[in-house]
Parts: sequence; C-alpha cells; structure tokens
Amino acid sequence: MSVKKITKSDFAGFVSALIQRESVIGVQAKGDRFDFAPLESAKDLRLDYDVTLQPPKKYLLPPMEVLLTYEVGGAYQSQIDDKKFILLGVHPYDVVAINQMDELFSQDNYDAHYMTRRQNATIIACDVARSSDHVFASSMGAAVVREGYDILLTDIGDSYLMEAATAKGNELLALAKGAVEADPAALRRREDIWTHNRKSLNKHELKCDPAYLPRLLAKAYKHPVWEERAKTCFNCGSCNQVCPTCYCFNVQDDVNWDLQTGQRTRAWDGCLLEGFTKVAPNHEFRKNRADRFRHRLYRKAAYVPQKIHGQIACVGCGRCVGACLPDIANPVSVYNRLIDDLGIG
Amino acid sequence: MCQCCAEKKDIYLPQLATVADISQMNVTEKYLRLSMDDGMFDFLPGQFVEVSIAGIGEAPITISSSPTQKGGFELVVRKIGNVSGAIHNLRKGSKLGIRGPLGKGIYPVDQAKGKNLVFICGGLGLVPQRSFINYVLDNRSEYGDVAILQGTKNYDMRLFASEIDAWSKRGDVQMLETLDEGHLAWKGHVGVVTKLIRKVQTDLKSAEILVCGPPVMYKFVLMALEEYDVPHTHIHLNLERKMKCGVGKCGHCQINSTYVCMDGPVFRYSDLATLPEAI
Repeated sequence: MSVKKITKSDFAGFVSALIQRESVIGVQAKGDRFDFAPLESAKDLRLDYDVTLQPPKKYLLPPMEVLLTYEVGGAYQSQIDDKKFILLGVHPYDVVAINQMDELFSQDNYDAHYMTRRQNATIIACDVARSSDHVFASSMGAAVVREGYDILLTDIGDSYLMEAATAKGNELLALAKGAVEADPAALRRREDIWTHNRKSLNKHELKCDPAYLPRLLAKAYKHPVWEERAKTCFNCGSCNQVCPTCYCFNVQDDVNWDLQTGQRTRAWDGCLLEGFTKVAPNHEFRKNRADRFRHRLYRKAAYVPQKIHGQIACVGCGRCVGACLPDIANPVSVYNRLIDDLGIG
Repeated sequence: MCQCCAEKKDIYLPQLATVADISQMNVTEKYLRLSMDDGMFDFLPGQFVEVSIAGIGEAPITISSSPTQKGGFELVVRKIGNVSGAIHNLRKGSKLGIRGPLGKGIYPVDQAKGKNLVFICGGLGLVPQRSFINYVLDNRSEYGDVAILQGTKNYDMRLFASEIDAWSKRGDVQMLETLDEGHLAWKGHVGVVTKLIRKVQTDLKSAEILVCGPPVMYKFVLMALEEYDVPHTHIHLNLERKMKCGVGKCGHCQINSTYVCMDGPVFRYSDLATLPEAI
C-alpha cells in the first residue's frame, strides 16, 4: 500500500471531510485528560494525546446495549446496531486489543452484535506521539502495530503520514486533498518513530518476554503476592472498567412502563466485583478478593491467550495502573515480583 | 448450516416454546414439559438450555428428559431466584423463550457403550442425571451393569419417586436410595449417599461413574471413590456456575481457563485436576 504525506492544515480539511461523510469518534480533551467522543469539528481532534480515559472499546462493545426486545408472552426480536462510524486516533496498543476482541467475539459462537458494529467501524490508527505516565506497550509488543487498522497516521512534525491498509482506508484517503506520495526521508522519519516507540513506551518494564508469562503463571498460583496485593483491593472493578481487553458482561431484562414490552440489555461486568460468580441462593464461587485479583491477571496472561493463539491479553496501555486507587493493579509489578521469586525458566 | 447463515444468527435470541405440562413436585420443585413452537429440538443427555422469562431474565437449566423420549423435553426447576421463581408462575399453555441446547453434554454417551455405569445423585442432582439414566435404559442392551444411587434430604423432598420405583422393579438396574433423615413411611436406607457406594454390586474400578449433587457432596463422593482406586478418567462430575450468555463470551462461568457453558457442564474428574477452582 502506498503511503501519503499531508500537511497539518490539509489534514484538518481531511478530518472535516470525514465528519461530513459519516459519524466520526475522535480523541478530544476532557479536562486535563483525553477521551474518545463524537467529533463535531476538526479543531477538537487531539492526536497529540498520551492515553484516553476509556479505550475505544466502548464504541464496539458499549457499556450498555440492547440485545433484543420482546413483548411479554410474545416473540423476541434481535436488535443489531448497524450504523457506520469512524474511530479516529486509535493508538497501536488499542488496535491490538480490538484485534483480540475481534477474534474472541467471532470464534466458536459468532456474536453478531459486536461483529456487526466492528464491520461498520473504520479504524484510523495513530502512532503514539506522547507517552503516558504508565504505558508499558513496549514491554507487551504493542507499541507499534502493522495490522487491524484501515489507515495508520504518523505525526512526523510538520505533517502526517497516512497509510491505507484496506480498501475502506483507500476510499477514505481519496478525500484527503493535498496529500502527496510520501518521500523517502518522511518514510525514514516514520521508521525512526517506530524504533523509538518500540523502546520508549515503557514506563514499567517487564523483566521477561511476554510469551513467557503463561509458563510463569503456571507455577505461581499459590504465590503469596495475590493475597498481599488483594488485602488493599476495594473490589471496585476500576481495573476492569478501563481495560481495553476486558469483555465480560452481564445480561438483564427491563420492562417498559406499559408492562407489555421491554428489552434485554447487556452491560459491562468485572471479575473483580463481588457477586460476579454468585448464584442463588447466595453461593459465591470466587469469594475471596485474592482469588478475584488473581483471576484477572491469569485471564490476561494465561487463560485468554489459549483462545487467541498465545497472544497475551494485556497490551500495556497502563490504564489500570492509573485507575487503581490502592495502586495494586499494575500487571508488570506483579509479574516482575513473580519473576524475582520464581525465576525464569 | 453454512457459515453466512451461522453468522447472521443471533446467538442471544431465544426461540419460543410452550408449556405443555407443569406440576408441583414438592415444596420447592416444579416439573415442566416444554415443546418448541418450531418443533425443532435435538439434544444430548447432559446438555442444558437458557430459559427466558421476558421481563425477568434467563437461567441455565439442564434438560431432565432423555432424547429418546419424543414430544418435547422436560425440566425440573427449584424456586430459588428471580427467574426460577417466575418459571414457577407459568401455566399450561404459557410461552417462554429457549436458547439451546447448550454445552457439550455427557462425554460417555458413546464411549460408555458396553461399560458398567454408576450414577451417584444427591437431591436435585437426580434431575440432570435422569436424562442419561433414561437414555441408557431405553438402549439397555448397549450398556453393562447399571447402578443408581440417590440420596435425598428427607421424605418430602423425594423426586420422581414413582420413576425410581419403576427402575428398582426392572431387575436390570441396581437402585439404591437413601434419605438423610428418617421418616415413618420410609422403610429404606437412612444416611448420606456415600454410604451406599459400598453396596454397589458392580466393579467400581472399571465402571463409568457419573456424579451430580451439591458441591459438598462431591468431596465426600470423591474421597469414597479413592478407596476403590477408581481412575479419575472414569469419574464424571456435573458442575454448576453462574452463567449469563451460555455461549462462551460473558465470562461468568469460567473455572480457571475452562468455560462450564462450552466445555461442560459435565467434566471428567481427570480434566479438573489442573483447575483448582473446580471443586
């Protein structure tokens, strides 16, 4: 695929053209932080962001969505959201997370709700221009991504490089007025940025290759670190809530005021929350905080990897590190502690 | 089904079923016979369905009847939560939603042919086991010895008493039943179900042993079976977990790396050895 170069002022025109064309969800400032939100004007777009409060996951797997509607005593009707939209400014680690979710929601039993939304989404990724306080994507091999997006943007100073990876991406690039073929110097600049990001997005450094983590955890189940950390856990589920690879959900029914119709919704759930495994009458299978705390980190680096060809389901965005009030959620510090105690090999 | 049709299908969409029969079995359990409105329903013993009551929600319930029995399928539901409470309010002719059959069902359906079978059930544990028991009895010549051990809390909680009576009179089934608490009308064994294990006439070591009951029962049954050196590959346990989607997505039923909805709900004991959360 060819790589285009576009000046920053022409790029603003491109973003305006995208907004004219379809719904665009882009990164914007929210107080002194950043978040994905519907983009109304190109000037609100902030591709110089460090990390967003929430991953873009919420536009593919909304915090709450209607799965089906029903009439009491009557048939159920699927409700599939099929609106087209563009996710603009997705960092590589979040692209990796979306790629993993695509695999998880399409394998075995095809989830038409997630997958329809995913197929209608155009992903315009963007290389990280500024590292956040807790990012460790370099450690997880997710600092740079070369698949799973439609267009990849790279800020090379006075202009952006734009690489389309799909037909959908190419079609949108045709809207970019003023874009020219990228010169070799610009491409070298992009290579330099990738080389830099592969090393520098690493505020917490994992002491092993992430591929080793399943083997590490295989011998760490009874390690005291789970109990030690969980002692100060609030069971708040913030680590689940901000995670780009957490996808557990609850399902519940609501009845409308007419008492005749209603909807079945799914909403994010979190394995750290009390009640996640509770069945009637009041029996909880993962009752101890330490068991729930351990489950999250095992899911990321031992259980989910079995479903996604060995990939670790932690992409190093660092959001959980920043969201955790008692400061126990950092996966790198837990894994490093295990490496210190149990060794590698 | 071709891939494109499979992809269009909504895995969360229940199909309508009608209550063909419903009756109270004891204080807490109701029996239901359901028929799918589109008439289509094939399942294996040990599989379960997600039962939908519009406005209340869904609950996973294992099918109690055998696939050899035609004319719908049967469930037994204990009134214990919101959905099960609403199921108890259904009447003959009521509509409800069904997703399924889900899960893998019982592994030894085919593998157990020619082998001796021992069913160990505690209380409501008889309900899911009954599917395979009747499947075996309907294909009796294909299996070896059959022993059924049933332990129930008290006389009033007994389930399928007339069916148990019929099994015990067959002559080709060793039916052993016990109550935790004695009763004036009860002439049989009194005590926990594990006490019956030594009365089984079949060689336990070579039999396929299927266990279903409350979690506490599993520990004692497994301890008792250890005395007979039963290989762990021959022991099959039916596990319960919280379940929402039933199709391997929502994460609630996970036992370590395993999903009860996808890989169970019946597991070989040997497969649970690597799953510390299982029992």
